[in-house]
Amino acid sequence: MTNRVLTLQINGQEVSGREDETILEVAREHDIHIPTLCQLEGLSSIGACRLCLVEVANVPKLLTACITPIQEGMEVHTESERLNHYRRLVIEMLFSEGNHICSVCVSNGHCELQNMAQLLGVDHVHLPYRNPQRRVDASHDRFIFDPNRCILCTRCVRVCDEVEGAHTWDLKARGIQSQVMTDLNQPWGDSTSCTSCGKCVHLCPTGALFEKGKSVAEMSKRREFLPYLTIMRGKHR
Amino acid sequence: MTRKKLATVWLDGCSGCHMSFLDMDERLLALADSIELVYSPLVDFKQFPERVDLTLVEGAVSSEDDLKKIRHIRQHTRVLISLGDCAVTANVPSMRNPFGVKAILDAVYQQPDLLNAQVPSEGVPSLLPVARPVHMVVPVDVYVPGCPPSADQIYFVVSELLAERQPDLRRMLRFG
Repeated sequence: MTNRVLTLQINGQEVSGREDETILEVAREHDIHIPTLCQLEGLSSIGACRLCLVEVANVPKLLTACITPIQEGMEVHTESERLNHYRRLVIEMLFSEGNHICSVCVSNGHCELQNMAQLLGVDHVHLPYRNPQRRVDASHDRFIFDPNRCILCTRCVRVCDEVEGAHTWDLKARGIQSQVMTDLNQPWGDSTSCTSCGKCVHLCPTGALFEKGKSVAEMSKRREFLPYLTIMRGKHR
Repeated sequence: MTRKKLATVWLDGCSGCHMSFLDMDERLLALADSIELVYSPLVDFKQFPERVDLTLVEGAVSSEDDLKKIRHIRQHTRVLISLGDCAVTANVPSMRNPFGVKAILDAVYQQPDLLNAQVPSEGVPSLLPVARPVHMVVPVDVYVPGCPPSADQIYFVVSELLAERQPDLRRMLRFG
């Protein structure tokens, strides 16, 4: 089956892409930057974090670039005051929702949330902090899960299911109570499905998943395995 | 040229931001020509003056005393600057917030193996239910996140404000 090539405009620039591509994929091929947090090349895209919102002419609502397929003649705008406002608001909501204390975090200096705040110019959070009480799970031999730092991007859930094939991680509860969990909400260390491969740990954008023994700012993540595995398995997502 | 009145305040923080302020080293001498340090933990004035041009605030608002101080300071300050993560986000002082004051005081002062265990109540201000960033209590004009912000960043902010410009460092700074 062949894919047709469609032409569209991004920020006034004429671009083209295959009809099965998303706005985000076509933008990246043309070096147009759209901020993302939950999206990762090699995993399915779910549009959870809402950072990649873009404006499309004649569409009243904002669309997530990572899951919106391109269309012929589409006019996309990736930068505007309105988009910046919502992107900053997303970051502020993530910070106020959990307990993110950058200065004492294992991922300080290597954190995608921290970097994104800097990139978007978030210099304070104007929403009240929720200060939820959440228990750290240190029952695994090698890894720790700290839900205080989790932003529910579900990269761990997706890589465990789609790449490792174990499906140890999943989501529990709804709305503001949502959290990721291992097996049937059992301690990670008791999980019978976890292979201890560590893929979830290294794809986690923040310090929510980290290796035991790492101290403040020591947890930098290694993600080289994901493009390697994606190419070796010859599967294009 | 009249010198601008500068104050620095230390609320619930570790004084690291003040150390960073001192790290400006010889640039402090350059600043000294254009500022007058009218109130600070680094000098010995007891009263916050009537009119201050710039006040750098380190630390979160955690106690009744912090609250009283910052309200008074806001009333008498033209430009209020949240200096460092504790002032901007409540940072480490806010790590007690999920648990409540009683649980924290009990955990520290009421351990069963302590001799004569008691929660201090004399001569210390009582804790607020949660530690809050400064801007949740009074309006803030400039935010300087960082733990601590570097001497270069503090110098940039102070020099820009002395020149009556709004410092734009949003993309230079990060939390942590």
